[in-house]
Amino acid sequence: MEFIGEHLLPGQIGHFFVILSFIASLIASVAYFTASRKTDILEKQSWIRFARIAFITQFVSVIIIFTVIFYICSHHYFEYMYAYKHAAKELESKYLLACIWEGQEGSFLLWTIWHSVLGIFLISRSKKPLLQSWEAPVMTVVSFAQFFLGMMILGIYFFNIRIGSSPFTLTRNELNFSNAPIFNDPQTGLLKKDYLALIADGVGLNVLLRNYWMVIHPPILFLGFASTIIPFAFAYAGIQTKRFGDWVKPALPFALFSACVLGVGIMMGGKWAYESLSFGGYWAWDPVENASLVPWLILIGGLHTMVIYKATGHSLRASYLFAILTFVFILYSTFLTRTGILSDTSVHAFTLDEETKHVTYTMLLLFLAAFTVPALVLFFKNYKKIPSINVEERTDSREFWMFIGSVVFFLGALFITAKTSVPVYNAIFNTHIAPPENVEFSYNKVMVLVAFIIGLLTAITQYFKYKNTPSKYVVKKIAVPTLTAAVTTALLVIFYPITYTKQGAGFLGAIYIGIFASVYAVIANSMYIWIGLNGKLKSAGGSIAHLGFGLMIFGMLIASGNKKTISDNRVTGINIPFGKDSKEDPLENLTLLRDVPTRMLDYSVTYTGDSLGAEDGRQFYKLKFVKKDSSEQFMLKPDVYVGKDELRSSNPGTKRYLTKDIYTYISSINPSNTKEDTAQFVVKELAPGDTSYYSKGYIILNGVIKNPNNEKFHFQPTDAALMADITLVNRDSSRYKAYPLIKVDYNGTDTIVIPVDDTVYAQNLYLKFAGVGNDKKVKIGIKESEKNIDYITLKAYLFPYINLVWLGLVIMAIGVVMSMIQRAKLSTVYAAGILIFVIAGLFFMFFFAGS
Amino acid sequence: MKKTNIFILVGVAVAIVGLIIFGFSPSDFSTYDTIGSAKNKQGKYVHVIAKLDKTQPIQYDAIKDPNYLTFSIVDSLGSQAKVIYHNTKPAELEQSERVVLQGTMKGDVFECKSITLKCPSKYKDDKKQMEKTVTDNEAPATNTYQNNAAEAKK
Repeated sequence: MEFIGEHLLPGQIGHFFVILSFIASLIASVAYFTASRKTDILEKQSWIRFARIAFITQFVSVIIIFTVIFYICSHHYFEYMYAYKHAAKELESKYLLACIWEGQEGSFLLWTIWHSVLGIFLISRSKKPLLQSWEAPVMTVVSFAQFFLGMMILGIYFFNIRIGSSPFTLTRNELNFSNAPIFNDPQTGLLKKDYLALIADGVGLNVLLRNYWMVIHPPILFLGFASTIIPFAFAYAGIQTKRFGDWVKPALPFALFSACVLGVGIMMGGKWAYESLSFGGYWAWDPVENASLVPWLILIGGLHTMVIYKATGHSLRASYLFAILTFVFILYSTFLTRTGILSDTSVHAFTLDEETKHVTYTMLLLFLAAFTVPALVLFFKNYKKIPSINVEERTDSREFWMFIGSVVFFLGALFITAKTSVPVYNAIFNTHIAPPENVEFSYNKVMVLVAFIIGLLTAITQYFKYKNTPSKYVVKKIAVPTLTAAVTTALLVIFYPITYTKQGAGFLGAIYIGIFASVYAVIANSMYIWIGLNGKLKSAGGSIAHLGFGLMIFGMLIASGNKKTISDNRVTGINIPFGKDSKEDPLENLTLLRDVPTRMLDYSVTYTGDSLGAEDGRQFYKLKFVKKDSSEQFMLKPDVYVGKDELRSSNPGTKRYLTKDIYTYISSINPSNTKEDTAQFVVKELAPGDTSYYSKGYIILNGVIKNPNNEKFHFQPTDAALMADITLVNRDSSRYKAYPLIKVDYNGTDTIVIPVDDTVYAQNLYLKFAGVGNDKKVKIGIKESEKNIDYITLKAYLFPYINLVWLGLVIMAIGVVMSMIQRAKLSTVYAAGILIFVIAGLFFMFFFAGS
Repeated sequence: MKKTNIFILVGVAVAIVGLIIFGFSPSDFSTYDTIGSAKNKQGKYVHVIAKLDKTQPIQYDAIKDPNYLTFSIVDSLGSQAKVIYHNTKPAELEQSERVVLQGTMKGDVFECKSITLKCPSKYKDDKKQMEKTVTDNEAPATNTYQNNAAEAKK
């Protein structure tokens, strides 16, 4: 049966290339594997050539698949489920890419593309001395991973079992239209030929994701994920070729690249969460965040053991283990986040329908096992063959303390994994263990100690030399940085104490020692560039990265330790809570009545009204902040975005300073703001000095002013306008002013009388100058609206020194890139180009874009 | 075996034991409970899975106090409890099918610290919902209220 308006060709092309890329990656894996086992050079090379053709075919196919999806989505071909689910006509074109990687299939594809790009890069550089002869075994692993990723989007049935889910399925095959009578032909009961015309628009990108970060964060994060396979593949290659130690040198620049990209990707997620999602922070120890942090921590450990091996020959076995586990935990993280197993504990919840859930679960478990089991078996089988130096490491050597640092990173990672995996234990053992009351604290109490140890090690380790160090040398050089750090911390304790005392003195102490260690790391590493390296910036990558790391940790401790809730009722002194146990938690929500100033910290904050945004359903709420001494005044406009799907997202309004952010978001809006107002004006005749009552108090007419020229009105003496000066006195003796006005205008043909009403929002009272009566009396219309009082409820925080977190991250990333450039022995031109690109890109992304 | 290796191994062993004791203490976990079993665990922090009791009023007035919400819950076993939540009212509370509440039971009143809502209209990948959506051309809503902004972020 044919249907009107369908475009089936792109789907057929797409599906063809899905299958082609799947087969090509299988061929590439087998061919590369065969090549890696051949000893005869000619034979080996012919296999490699064959494998390359297969891999390039795979690469081209993947690009074509992506292009086809892009085409389908950008042309709104809603006959395809993927376009229907993720694209929409109303979606702005800047989100076109974002809507593709919103879905499972699209994000797997993104990952595949990065693997392909990295693979092509390796192939193209295979003649360079650093990478020579590694192509076959390394690419075996990459191609094999491509095989599994290809399988995830295959979507074909094999003996009634669906393998993967294709992005090219048709809407009419996926959805059961028999429940929807309008789609069916009344005579045959089948789907109407022109059913497509009835689908007006797609669902489109989730409104919560319509954000700058959704465009940029997934590609970077997935590049980080994808690049962890390279050190893993080199570790495999080391064992496979029996050149047990040779792989470290070529793998190290890739590991550095990966550490930089993955680290930046993770923190971009943090910046996104901080900037536009309203959970009041950049890190919440959410399982999904943890899942990508764990491989990064292990990777950092591995990076350091690899450096140790290169310098001293120690720690090769650890390097193997860490390189393997980094990738294994990337796969484990994929397993956790994409099977829906976390849906009860994570707010990021990937919920899937039953069939897809089952298929994804099995396939990802297979993917995980196919890489973990062989890699660990090979590692332990060859454990004895992996050379290790049988000489005692000295405790005054650099490698010893670096190794301790790596182990601490690894233990930190294991701790996080063990905690994050609780839903997995629940699934296996059928238990019902739930997260604790304060999830963040249960991580922080341990991680602050990890930060302390790492901070100390980061500070002192570079002052030791490899092999052994004369103790006088260390003491002499490290004395000044140590003293400086101690003094700085002491000053900080005195002049800028941490206010986070909720978890008691022990934790406060832990925060302080963490602050000392991070300050120490910053100072010792900055000084080391001159003391130890004599200012040679070229080889200072490590020190710069450590400095940045220290600064980032410092920023985190300060920003979280002194974060202040400024919408706290106790701060503002209004709205006395009537729950008796309310002292436990600060009551963070504050209601602002329209036009009624409320004190918040040193600001007087007034909700002055709302305005519609460019998008349908987006409403901005204007908040006017005036500093107590009137030295400063600014507007914040947090918004609430109610999509056509009733999905609500609340985006913060943030005032950024160099040293702090004032951060507000709407936590609740008046539900019935749109209610029709049916109340009528009651007209009273009043002479100046007269009073009249309303339900909450009375009004006084102070006088009538002709042609007023004041803050609100600017009339000339020749105009004809009358303004009533009215004071409202509420029963609780609060007073408000109101100035209703009436004016006479000439519009060219007629004289017209225009009343300009005034509203006292706090009392929900409308006042109208209704006309002039007898005996100097004027007619004042009073209306008490039945419409709800206009108000918003918000939360507001003050984040001090949050910029240090981003600055630290950016510096760390730059340092890592500098090390990478040095280790990869790039030419000066390349190096300069990369460095400028990275610095400009990072500063732009973290400080200028998106806001 | 080298002395440093022994040193490191002992250090790691101590660290792991320390982590287990310090990082996996009972206060680092809680439990999922029914209303009935939560009532037997007075004052203990639990997760209660229940339904909004639609026969009882929901009380919330943001002008009086934006940090005070009360409502009632029931579960499939017929137990009932009143809930006090010192926070704003989740916008989709009335529409929720299931609620997961975290907090402590004090007498017959559940003092709630966090609310997660499961709404009938689910995630994009829910086909049944999508079938409905096609006809009324109204996309489905998210499943949890509390942090639904974060949910979709991967």
